[in-house]
Amino acid sequence: MKLALKELRRRPGRFATATIILTLIAILLMFLGGLLDGLIATSTGAIRAQNAQAIVYSGTAQASFVRSRIEPELRAQVEAVEGVTEVGGIGNVQLGARVPGNGPRDLASVALFGYELAPDGVPDAPPFGQAWADETIKASGVEEGMVIELGPARTPIEIVGFVKDTNFNGQSSLWASPDTWRDVLSANRPDAQVGADVFQALVVRGDGTDLPGAIDAATAGATDSYTVAGAVAAIPGVTEQQNTFNQIIGVTLAIALVVIGLFFALLTVERTSLYGVLKALGAKSSTIFAGLVAQAVVVTAIAALIAGALVAVLDLLIPPGSIPLLVTPARIVSSVVLLLVAAVLGCSFSLRRVLRIDPASAIGTTS
Amino acid sequence: MNSAPSATTVTTALEMSNVRKVYTMGDGSDVVALDHATLTLGSDEMVALVGPSGSGKTTLCSIAGGILSATEGRIVVGDEDISGHSAKELTKFRQDKVGFVFQSVNLVPFLNARENLLVVDELGRRTGAPAKARADQLLEELGLADRAKNLPSQLSGGQRQRVAIGRALMNDPALVLFDEPTSALDTKLGEQVMELIRNEMKSRGTAAIVVTHDERITHYCDRSVHIIDGRLEA
Ligand SMILES: Nc1ncnc2c1ncn2[C@@H]1O[C@H](COP(=O)(O)OP(=O)(O)O)[C@@H](O)[C@H]1O
Ligand SMILES: [Mg+2]
Repeated sequence: MKLALKELRRRPGRFATATIILTLIAILLMFLGGLLDGLIATSTGAIRAQNAQAIVYSGTAQASFVRSRIEPELRAQVEAVEGVTEVGGIGNVQLGARVPGNGPRDLASVALFGYELAPDGVPDAPPFGQAWADETIKASGVEEGMVIELGPARTPIEIVGFVKDTNFNGQSSLWASPDTWRDVLSANRPDAQVGADVFQALVVRGDGTDLPGAIDAATAGATDSYTVAGAVAAIPGVTEQQNTFNQIIGVTLAIALVVIGLFFALLTVERTSLYGVLKALGAKSSTIFAGLVAQAVVVTAIAALIAGALVAVLDLLIPPGSIPLLVTPARIVSSVVLLLVAAVLGCSFSLRRVLRIDPASAIGTTS
Repeated sequence: MNSAPSATTVTTALEMSNVRKVYTMGDGSDVVALDHATLTLGSDEMVALVGPSGSGKTTLCSIAGGILSATEGRIVVGDEDISGHSAKELTKFRQDKVGFVFQSVNLVPFLNARENLLVVDELGRRTGAPAKARADQLLEELGLADRAKNLPSQLSGGQRQRVAIGRALMNDPALVLFDEPTSALDTKLGEQVMELIRNEMKSRGTAAIVVTHDERITHYCDRSVHIIDGRLEA
């Protein structure tokens, strides 16, 4: 082991190529992970921010706001369920917004919510015609006090302040009163307009072991209810995005494993006579293999740390709202751990070769 | 209890009796590299093993040093019978009992002279400080004290050979095997190295086999054994 680490220090050049390739792979891995985290974060923020024990859609809505309708009678049934303490209506509309100073085609995508129960980090709803905005809308040039115009009807909304991490479907969210939402909805999406007291979904607070289950049982299937985590996963497209990205991440890890495996297999072939000499001098195969693993782990760790630092810098350089990149310590650490596992597995390709090296190969042949 | 000889009364460094080594070639044919070889070395005896190329000298050394297993026969080094040793037992045996100077020098290229000596301890007994003291003493004796920090690539052929000799002595072996230690050196350097080998062996009372096909080398040894086509003749 000491011998292997000494070689790393004395001959860093031999390991430079592998380190560079692994650094690039690690950057790709962390960038993909950050992109996935960012995409998921900007798709799900509005639901994650809900301080609730259940999110209730109508029975056939498949967790989609657009397809969901909750009439006052259904809401009354939900309010009557045992364990329910508070119920708030919520509705959503996704539109393009004209921002003063931007060109007529340069629309900002927004998702406006009308709400009764304030999510975490969002104050109570402002008066009619006003909204809180997610801070990512600043990337489109929106400032506090600005009036933006929503949709084809150009419904004016004044931005009265900013909130964090509440986006939905990759769009900047706006948080307004139910009346403001109904007004924007009927002006811009007349086909989808709803009557007074009608919402798309309900945010339910309360206690009890399985509140979503209890609600759906009480309404005899007229509702489809989720925990907050369940509602996040049920947002159309979220699970698909996660699966797609995780597959790409898996392939990237497999490539890292193969690169490490091939590099150290070649190194082992190159060192056959050195390993033969060491064995003749009394080195155990396990000692030699441990040295190989130590080298792979150190090279991979260096590559992963360089990559982690570069991705963190990249995150600082990218303005918020442009690319949905979210760099978290958890993602960096998990990427490093996965790469180290790939390093150890990659080395195992060479285990048999190390075991088979004959100490007799050290002696005799002068070549 | 019978009066079994204790370790201190062992008077032979090596006893090989009827050792045979057959290599099976890729095409299934057999090459007999060593045939009924019988050889005994006293505990501080230096023997020259002389023979033409391909006569089985390296094979004999490899078997005596536990690097190669014999096809038949009995090999006892010091008080240890290694004839039936497993690969693992042979590894331990090599750590403790024998020293090698290979036909090609084979130093670890990225370690300096002193580290090339210490690697024996690192891979084996891990004694630490005593090993460092021993390495420094050996380098001093071999006239390499001022070369301790040099890499093999910064040393001359004779100096590298001396580092290899120092490495072979690091584990205080009962038997040292020199496989053509002077073949890569010119006559004068070769004689200097042989002088050094003799001094080191005699001052320690260590037994050695020195393989050569150069008759002039033999007078540095106590006696010569000739080998032709795998057969020993005194
Ligand atoms: N690994 C091996 N496989 C097959 N034949 C071998 C092997 N090593 C040595 N031999 C054969 O055994 C014989 C003795 O070889 P060796 O002990 O190396 O001789 P020397 O050291 O005297 O030159 C030679 O005929 C050689 O070709
Ligand atoms: Mg030979």
